[in-house]
Amino acid sequence: MAEPLLSVSGVSIAFGGLRAVQDVSLQVKPGTLTALIGPNGAGKTTLFALMSGFLKPDSGMVRFEGHDITGKPPHLNARAGMTRTFQIVQPFAAQTVRENIAVGAHLREPRRAAALYAAEHIAQRVGLAALLDKPAGDLTVAGRKRLELARALATQPKLLLLDEVLAGLNPQEIAEMIPVVRAIVHGDAASGLPGGVTVLMIEHVMQAVMNLAEHVWVLAQGQLIAGGTPAEVTNENRVIEAYLGHGTAARLRGAAR
Amino acid sequence: MRDLAAIAAFAAVVGGLTLGLDSGVWLTFIMMALYASLLAQSWNMLGGYGGQFSFGHALFFGTGAYAQAMVQLSLGWNAWLALAAAVAAAVCVAAFVGALTFRYGLKGSYFALATLAFAEVFRILAVSVDFTGGGVGLMLPLRESFANMQFASRRGYIALVLGFVVAAMGVTSWLRHSRFGARLQAVRDNEDAARAVGIDPWSVKLGAIVLSAAFMGAGGAFYVQVFQYIDPGLAFGPVSSVEALVAAIVGGMGTLWGPVLGAAVLHLLAELTRNLFGQLPGLNMIVYGSVLVLIVMFVPRGLSGVGRSVRDVIRGRRG
Amino acid sequence: MYDFGILFSSLLNGVTTGAVYALIALGLTLIYGVLHIINFAHGAALMVALYAVYLLKTNLGIDPYLALPIVVPGMFCLGYALQRGIINRAGHGKDENILLVTLGISIVLENLALLVFKSDTRTIETAYTLTTVAIGPAMIALPKLVAFAGALVASMLLLAILTRTDLGRAIRAVAKEKHGAKLMGIDVDHVYAMCFGVGLACLGAAACFLLPAYYVNPQVGAGFVPVAFTIVVLGGMGSFGGALVGGLLIGVVESMGGLFLGESLGQIGIFAVFIAVLLFRPQGLFGVKA
Repeated sequence: MAEPLLSVSGVSIAFGGLRAVQDVSLQVKPGTLTALIGPNGAGKTTLFALMSGFLKPDSGMVRFEGHDITGKPPHLNARAGMTRTFQIVQPFAAQTVRENIAVGAHLREPRRAAALYAAEHIAQRVGLAALLDKPAGDLTVAGRKRLELARALATQPKLLLLDEVLAGLNPQEIAEMIPVVRAIVHGDAASGLPGGVTVLMIEHVMQAVMNLAEHVWVLAQGQLIAGGTPAEVTNENRVIEAYLGHGTAARLRGAAR
Repeated sequence: MRDLAAIAAFAAVVGGLTLGLDSGVWLTFIMMALYASLLAQSWNMLGGYGGQFSFGHALFFGTGAYAQAMVQLSLGWNAWLALAAAVAAAVCVAAFVGALTFRYGLKGSYFALATLAFAEVFRILAVSVDFTGGGVGLMLPLRESFANMQFASRRGYIALVLGFVVAAMGVTSWLRHSRFGARLQAVRDNEDAARAVGIDPWSVKLGAIVLSAAFMGAGGAFYVQVFQYIDPGLAFGPVSSVEALVAAIVGGMGTLWGPVLGAAVLHLLAELTRNLFGQLPGLNMIVYGSVLVLIVMFVPRGLSGVGRSVRDVIRGRRG
Repeated sequence: MYDFGILFSSLLNGVTTGAVYALIALGLTLIYGVLHIINFAHGAALMVALYAVYLLKTNLGIDPYLALPIVVPGMFCLGYALQRGIINRAGHGKDENILLVTLGISIVLENLALLVFKSDTRTIETAYTLTTVAIGPAMIALPKLVAFAGALVASMLLLAILTRTDLGRAIRAVAKEKHGAKLMGIDVDHVYAMCFGVGLACLGAAACFLLPAYYVNPQVGAGFVPVAFTIVVLGGMGSFGGALVGGLLIGVVESMGGLFLGESLGQIGIFAVFIAVLLFRPQGLFGVKA
């Protein structure tokens, strides 16, 4: 079995009295598309922050490519190949789409012209080519999500942490985005994306999870309650209960009998 | 590159005016406007491109000024070596202050307050310590020569400060077209997003404050050479901090020409009010303060922002 | 080294000055706690109040303590007008803009004073300026004692207003939850302006208590700014208890520091404390980490 690219063991963090993440352990295998799901407030974004170094866990360890990166600052993790996006998109509003993506490209490319050139290519692959010279602040939500994705891709990550990249998109936009995310991991001749990036995505849009994810982790109230293929996980009682509540889940079980 | 061509054109125009005009009044105006530009451009590097608003930029100005004076008076160095020392001193102070404040993540109002506090500490130190001349200050004896950086005519000083201004423009242009500049602006626009794509905010901000201080220190050194006098109030007091800040904002921070435009406009305003009302104490600052409030109220992007909006309308781009 | 009398004197001095510092800091912390703006113009406003008290005494013969009913409401109106008329409109809601606007206002106020009054330091003479009172082994100037009592009373009054009146409740509601308060029908702009007015009214009271034992010149505000900010940051932005305790503490530190280190180094000491707090404990001693 391949060594996991990312391995989280026993990670916990509490804010005051609130235990946001409790003793969570999970792994992400290289070259896969894994989803992290769970009801609102489960601690998914907090977990991302802990993995990428925006927060330091109270206990536990985070390993990336076998190295202990617990508590390492985000920019060092990015340089090592782990890039995260944000649930609430964070564009560099005063700069154009091209310049935004170029900032990401600059992680690997010191020359300005080359970075701008790389930005243009990535924009084309993600479908942002028409908007290259628009100020990022002018983009729609869907555009900003793509920009966030493109900028993260430009850093040539080994592991991409996508935080609700489909949130706020209408069904048409979601349908357009899903193949892009798949292509990031598995490559796609048509768009020119080479693939090979491991993706861990927080997602609420179940259609995307079922469609894309090879493995799913389920977080509820800060604890990991299930892990497996999408089919396995959505059939587990604990998962159904976490989303629908104890009563509804029981009624569903009763009805299914 | 377009920027460099424009800068060269600017230098040529100013040079031409300087050589062509004979009036002492006009030459002094050009010199002081360029001096104000230098201060504003320096502030703009940290404030406009870096997003860190310093309210105590006099810290670097005064350090440069005192270094320039003390090194010539006490060590007998030639003025040009002193300039190097002045810039170096300002850079060291900036490195210290920057490393400390950015390490602890000071931003926004807290950063502004901290810079103000540092400037005040230096002012009090300058008053209390003997080798800075205490409250009396330091005077450079009049000895006109190139080596002493003291010129018989204003033209010499204008050439000097124009050199600084052009250099500052070059650096600003570099900020617009380089990886460092892109990273600096990224940190300005969204620090967390910048960290997520591999940028270390601390080192980027530190670079910006050091660059900014170098030019501010040069401004301080220039001041000493022109006026041949420095004291704690002039060095570390609010006037140079405010001039730098207001001119950059009025002209449009985060742009190449904004600070120069702002400095020219403010200086013109100051001259006009002086002609109308005479040399009254505090009048300049009242003008600067009022313009600051008005610009922030009505034209927050500054005068060059107005220019940009007009250009957008002409090009048919909807805002 | 120093006998008890001198130390006690210094302590008393520090406490009485500290009470006035506390009153000044209370205004600043109220403005920060509710409007979330750092009022760079606070020092300049104090200077304006001091000049007002000065003019009332020298031109109209009104005793500073009797001037309270004039200066306090006057400063309140000034504060209301500044906030509603300029700061609110210029701020466009962005922190950096508000920062710049209060800076601009402070520059204009200070230099207007310089223009009108020149840089001379002025004091007033009253019947009781030189009277001293003996407390234990120390002698303390009567005006300072009155300032102490007055500042404490004013602070209590302020706290009472905030906790017991409708205005106070509205202010606290807006401070906690601006949008919710709006939905409840509270005119947030009006409350902001009232709050700013109250903050400046504190300065009016402080000026009346301060002038008999102190002086005024255009730079006097700038001298109080670092102290006021240090207190507010030390006590915790938005914490009233912190401002009170911090004020008394800083007053004593300044007085004792001046005694042992000399005036200049004492001043630097205050700044050093300020910078240190900003760096290492920005939430202050009593504040909550944002």
